[in-house]
Amino acid sequence: MNALAVENLSHSFGTRQVLQNVSFTVAEGRMCILLGRNGAGKTTLFSLITGLYYARTGLVRVFDMAMQANPSAALAQMGVVFQLPTLDLDLTAGENLRYHAALHGLPTELSKARSREELGRLEVLDRIDDRTRALSGGQRRRVEIARALMHCPRLLLLDEPTTGLDVPGRRALERHVRALCRERGIAVLWATHFLEEVAADDDVVVLDRGRVCWTGTADRIVPELGVGSVAEAFALLTGSP
Amino acid sequence: MKVRHALRALDGILRREMLRSLRQRARLFSAMVRPLVWLAIFAAGFRSVLGLSITPPYQTYVLYEVYVVPGLAAMMLLFHAMASSLAMVYDREMGSMRLLLTAPLPRWYLLAARLLASVIVGLPLVYLFLFVARFWDVRPPILGYVAVFPALVLAGLMLGAFGLLVSSMSTQMENFAGVMNFVIFPMFFASTALYPIWRLAEAGPVLATIAAWNPFSSAVELIRFALYLRFDMVSMLVVVACLVAFFLAAVAGYDPGRGLWSRRGGEG
Repeated sequence: MNALAVENLSHSFGTRQVLQNVSFTVAEGRMCILLGRNGAGKTTLFSLITGLYYARTGLVRVFDMAMQANPSAALAQMGVVFQLPTLDLDLTAGENLRYHAALHGLPTELSKARSREELGRLEVLDRIDDRTRALSGGQRRRVEIARALMHCPRLLLLDEPTTGLDVPGRRALERHVRALCRERGIAVLWATHFLEEVAADDDVVVLDRGRVCWTGTADRIVPELGVGSVAEAFALLTGSP
Repeated sequence: MKVRHALRALDGILRREMLRSLRQRARLFSAMVRPLVWLAIFAAGFRSVLGLSITPPYQTYVLYEVYVVPGLAAMMLLFHAMASSLAMVYDREMGSMRLLLTAPLPRWYLLAARLLASVIVGLPLVYLFLFVARFWDVRPPILGYVAVFPALVLAGLMLGAFGLLVSSMSTQMENFAGVMNFVIFPMFFASTALYPIWRLAEAGPVLATIAAWNPFSSAVELIRFALYLRFDMVSMLVVVACLVAFFLAAVAGYDPGRGLWSRRGGEG
């Protein structure tokens, strides 16, 4: 079963068309990289998948549940890390996680236990009682990922999660998300414009100017396009230098 | 929507509002000081200028301080509602509103929970003000403090729903200065909070008509009557009708298919 299926999705803001007939799938337990330059439409796509914007044309299905018809059931399966930080800076890391858990209907005791567990996995348990205002950018990102995992989602959406992180921080985050995919069978949609975040066996969706211009596994893109590297393939597909 | 899930979400939203409120001490302090300044300075100065005749629900001549306290209690609710509305615009700009709106619950419920939580957090300060006002000889019957509770909740919900509506229409925090100037101040001053209708009629029939139609006047009168163990049916109906209208409009404003959310561009 597909964790996520996007079918013929289009969207515009006024007269500006930002997505045109976007279709792709993310299989259960797979890591899918949504690759696109800034302004390609990745964030708009995330907003449509999460129901922040209403998709007038096309369909979004999460584990076969149509987002438009049953948003609550679809959202219950999703963990989301938005491009913009969404932590409440006046609350501690633990309080942010418990707030999210309450919104997902988790009982207090379970949410306390799970917040410690998730923060521990991401190596920020020692900051559980610190206000997120006092955390570094990398620590905030890890808290956001821990928060997205509080309700044990089967699909994790990450919109440019490594933006603002240093190289070791980016690598650590990537390792952790890949481990989630491998060990817990979580499907991941990871939006980025950093080509080095693509691994050979990842599924890749290349988005350019609101259109999907290539889908497949990363190890196929180079031979299929007859170029020397993923970077060259991306440049060829998007017309970027 | 499961009831247990909905209650846990409400509990979470309420806790968050309380924690944020307690940690923003400057805001708490100014929320308490503002009506006291009005009572201690404005009312003291105006008591000699503004003579009041017998005006319901009062059964005798009252000091200006007595008249103005229910209006100041409503003012606290109004400013609290607008601060809450500003917090929602801030949350939207900072991104944390996304978290609330992507929770697996109907959007109308999430907005209602946020509204209710905001009112609950604001009420203790209003009660504190009403008790402190006793030092200015504003001493309604003790039972009035109980009777005024539903009136404060209803008025708070109505003003909060108005704030929610304003936040659904505001695209940026900078626009909020305009909201203060063109919404909050006219709403407060063109009402029965500071002067009775007949006083306003003396100044001009247009102003009196505006005050009579101003839903904030209904909130003030609902509180005033309840505090003195009287029930103002017309004010209650106006407050309830406005609450429903403002809330429905706010829900439409936050609707992903109709509101600002669908019209604004994403980040990339």
